[in-house]
Amino acid sequence: MSEPLLPPIGMLAELTHRCPLQCPYCSNPLELLKANRELDTQTWLDLFSQAADLGVLQVHLSGGEPTLRRDLEQLIAGLSARGVYTNLITAGVGIAEGRIEAFAEAGLDHLQLSFQGARPATTDRIGNHKGGHEKKLETARRARAAGLPLTINAPIHRHNIEEVPEFIDLALSLGAERLEIANVQYAGWALTNRDQLMPERAAVDRQAEIVAAARERLTGIMNIDFVTPDYFAIYPKPCMGGWARDAFMVAPDGTVLPCHAAQTIPSLSFERFGPRSLAEIWTDSPAFNAFRGTDWMLEPCRSCERREIDWGGCRCQAMAIAGDAAATDPACAKSPIHARMAMLIDEAQRAAAVPSNDEQFVYRRIGVVTEPA
Amino acid sequence: MMALRERALVSSRSVPSLPKHVRIQYDPVRQAFAVLSPEKVFWPNDISLDILRRCDGRSTVGHIIAELAADYDAEQEAVAADVVAFLQEWSDKLLVKL
Repeated sequence: MSEPLLPPIGMLAELTHRCPLQCPYCSNPLELLKANRELDTQTWLDLFSQAADLGVLQVHLSGGEPTLRRDLEQLIAGLSARGVYTNLITAGVGIAEGRIEAFAEAGLDHLQLSFQGARPATTDRIGNHKGGHEKKLETARRARAAGLPLTINAPIHRHNIEEVPEFIDLALSLGAERLEIANVQYAGWALTNRDQLMPERAAVDRQAEIVAAARERLTGIMNIDFVTPDYFAIYPKPCMGGWARDAFMVAPDGTVLPCHAAQTIPSLSFERFGPRSLAEIWTDSPAFNAFRGTDWMLEPCRSCERREIDWGGCRCQAMAIAGDAAATDPACAKSPIHARMAMLIDEAQRAAAVPSNDEQFVYRRIGVVTEPA
Repeated sequence: MMALRERALVSSRSVPSLPKHVRIQYDPVRQAFAVLSPEKVFWPNDISLDILRRCDGRSTVGHIIAELAADYDAEQEAVAADVVAFLQEWSDKLLVKL
C-alpha cells in the first residue's frame, strides 16, 4: 500500500432503484433491483451508525428516487443525530405535501435537485415523465420555503448542451447556491445510450467557454461545479477521488461498492452489509483493495507524475473501453488507446446523423435489461 | 430574485456568519475540526478556525480583527489583511455569508 488506509469521508446511499423518471443516462446498473430487495429501515440505520463510527462525515441519499422510501424522514433523523451531513439527491417529482418540510425538520442539511432540461419540453422528454419540469420547479420553491440550501444538478448531453446558459438562469432564478453542470459519464445506462447522448466537439468547446464566463460573472453569487466530458479530455478524472480512498457507495440491497459502476468489472466480487460490518468491508474487502493506492498500476500510470492526482482515472471506463480494469483510463492522453475516444465520438456523430437513430433512447426501466450489455 | 443577488465585499462593518449549508464540527475519528459543505469537507488550520468560529452573525469584521490581534499578540494591520482576504475568499465560495 502506497499510503496508509484512511477512514472514508463520504458515502452515497442508493436507498432504492425505484424512480418515476426514466433518464437514459442513469448511473444505476442495468440490472435494477426491485423494492423487495431493498434494505429495511433498521438495517439502513445500523449501516449509517457504523458509517459514522468509521469516520463518514457526509451521506448523500440517492437512488433511484430516495423520496419513494417512506422512511426517509427516519433515515435523515438517524444520520442527523450522529452529526452526519445529509444531502438529499432527488428528481423532485411526486413528493407528497409536507414531506420536504419534514425532511428539513428531521435535520436535512442540503437538497440537490436534478433538471433534465432547462426547458420544460426537454425535461419531460429526457425523463420520459410528462409534467416533470413543473413539479421540479414546485419542489425547488418548497425546498427554499423550508429553508433548505439548494443545488441544481444538470446532467449534460447532446440534447440539452445548448441549454447550458438557460440552466444557469434557471438555477439563479430558483435561488440555488450551487449549480452542477455535469456532463454525462458513460457508464450504466449512459453507456448503452452513448451514441444517442454524445455531444459534438464544437458544442463541448462552446459549453466550456460559457461555464468559464459564468463562473467569473457569478463569483460570490452562485457556485458552478463543472464536470467535464471524459471523452473530450486530456487527463482523466480522479474517479471517486481514487478507488476506495475516501468514499464508497451502498446499493439498495446493501452491497457495498467503491463506485456506481464497479459491478461491471467481472473479476471483482462485492460484499453486502449485514453478513460483514462496514469497517471489515472498507478495510479487508478484496474488491476495495484491488485498485487502492498506486501499487496496482501498470505503465504509463505507474511512473506518471500525476498518479496521485488522478489515481489512474476511472477503472470502469478502463474496463468498458480498454477491456482491462487495471489499464490506464483511455480518457488520458497517455493511454495507448486514447485515440479510441475520438473514434467513439465520431461514431456517435455518424449514428446521430441518421434521423431514425436520433433519440431512440433505451429508457431506464426495471426489467428492461436483465443481462449487463 | 436574480437582480437581488450580488457579490458581497468584505468591509470592517460586515457581520459574517456561516450559511445554513455550512457547519463546523469536531470529528472524533480524525481528532480535528471539519467544515462540512454540500460536496466538500475542509480541514481548516488553527487560524482559519479562529476566524470561522467568530463568524457568528453578531461580531463585525472590525471586532473580529481586534480580538484576533489581541489573542495572537500581532499587529492589527497585518491581521486585518489576512482576515479580510480569508473572508472574501470564503464568501466568494459561498461558505461565509457577509
